[in-house]
Amino acid sequence: MPFSEKLAEHFRIERPRIVVDVQGGGSSAGIQACINKTVDIGMSSRELKGDEHILRQTVICHDGIALVVHPRNPTKDISFEKIRDIYSGRIRNWKELGWIDRNIDCVTREEGSGTRGAFEELVMGKSAIHDSIMVQDSNGSVKEVVATDPYAIGYISLGVVDSKVRALSVGGIAPTTENILAKKYRIVRPFLYLTSGEPGRNAKLFIDFVLSNEGQGILKKEGLIPVNE
Amino acid sequence: MNREDFDKEWIVRLVLLLFALSSLLFLFIIFIFILTEGLPLFYKVGVRNIVLGMKWAPTKASFGIFPMIISSFMVTFGALVVGAPLALACATYLSEYAGKKTKLFLKPSLELLAGIPSVVYGFLGVVYIVPIIREHLGGAGFSILSTSLVLGIMILPTITSISFDSLMSVPSAFREGSLAMGATKWQTISRVVLPAARSGILASFILGMGRAVGETMAVIMVAGNALKIPTSLLDPLRTLTSNIALELAYATGDHRRALFSTGVVLLVIIMGLNLIANFWVKAKVAK
Repeated sequence: MPFSEKLAEHFRIERPRIVVDVQGGGSSAGIQACINKTVDIGMSSRELKGDEHILRQTVICHDGIALVVHPRNPTKDISFEKIRDIYSGRIRNWKELGWIDRNIDCVTREEGSGTRGAFEELVMGKSAIHDSIMVQDSNGSVKEVVATDPYAIGYISLGVVDSKVRALSVGGIAPTTENILAKKYRIVRPFLYLTSGEPGRNAKLFIDFVLSNEGQGILKKEGLIPVNE
Repeated sequence: MNREDFDKEWIVRLVLLLFALSSLLFLFIIFIFILTEGLPLFYKVGVRNIVLGMKWAPTKASFGIFPMIISSFMVTFGALVVGAPLALACATYLSEYAGKKTKLFLKPSLELLAGIPSVVYGFLGVVYIVPIIREHLGGAGFSILSTSLVLGIMILPTITSISFDSLMSVPSAFREGSLAMGATKWQTISRVVLPAARSGILASFILGMGRAVGETMAVIMVAGNALKIPTSLLDPLRTLTSNIALELAYATGDHRRALFSTGVVLLVIIMGLNLIANFWVKAKVAK
């Protein structure tokens, strides 16, 4: 949503006559609004499911989700299985991951968040996130918790990762742009623009702008992975 | 005064009455709004499954908020344990011991405490209380303990000012009589003044609880917001208010309705607390 606002701002400079009105509310809301035809373009930060596939989708970029820990934490790599075990409450101590005897302070996102939805789908599979795990309501606050608590682990959008936290490699593969483009790093979700059927004239102009070098450049600057590389 | 002036008086009176009633109207609108959004889900999945349900996974059709109700009461009680003794001591000192000058200084500073935005309390909690608990007591630091400490400080002004008022309303004849019987100052306070002001003090505790139950921002920041019912002082927890604020941003459909249902439960709890507080104050007036 914040990315689309940025894109719309730049689009306005090019085509001042077309008004782009961006609204948040989550992926499910975006998809629903598109199915109901109340919007020209629906936005989603997760894959379509089931009968949502009647919509026409355009992938505008990809976003990696990184597992992050405190910089003082010596853990460098974690397997999918271990992440599942931590988030489903089966592993609760850093000792089991080869560090000190200390509880893992695990952080997840709130129910309804697109990042959580993607994490559940891509990592958790059938296991559910355990009730004893702490919940924060934005990438920023998850990062803040991990940055201040040496024993914490959390997951955030790759674009938000900075030097205050350290991203773990998952199954030996580091969450870098190259690895995502090479489809090696697997915890990646698409950002979709949806239209019901062929996009209208103005909607098409905006989507073309987003897919152009300029639009993709803006997304890249925000830490997202462009689709045209 | 001529006739026209009287006509104007009447207009002023009407306008003021309308404005006074508008506050009632807002209350009414809020009620209607929360109930129409929140009640449908109670019909759909049943009051029991919401109020006594243990599992909250609103995107997978589980809407149990029992753990949050329990957690809300736990932190409220914790806040009272932290805040009530301090506040009562403060009120007693202010009304019985403090000279005019100290009073002039202490009362406004307490009111200032009440005026500090809750996000500031939350921020201080995250920056100081949470790391101290994490380093020295263990756990993640986001816990009942840190939440109770933060809330305990936040409810100080409420409890202090209402207890202070009820202590001040104890007739000075009570004190003079007790002192004349040879009781010491402390004996007078503990056996005469405090018991006489008992109902007002209890009411202040209840209103302090109301404040603690309703607090949101500071709680989200220091509570950790985990869904489980906490089993130790160092466990994270999620209250009713934080549940609404955490998830409202992305909630749609039944998820959204479930958050309003949470609001209905919260409304009932707060109304209950206010009724009890009013009842106590009235009982005192009747006596």
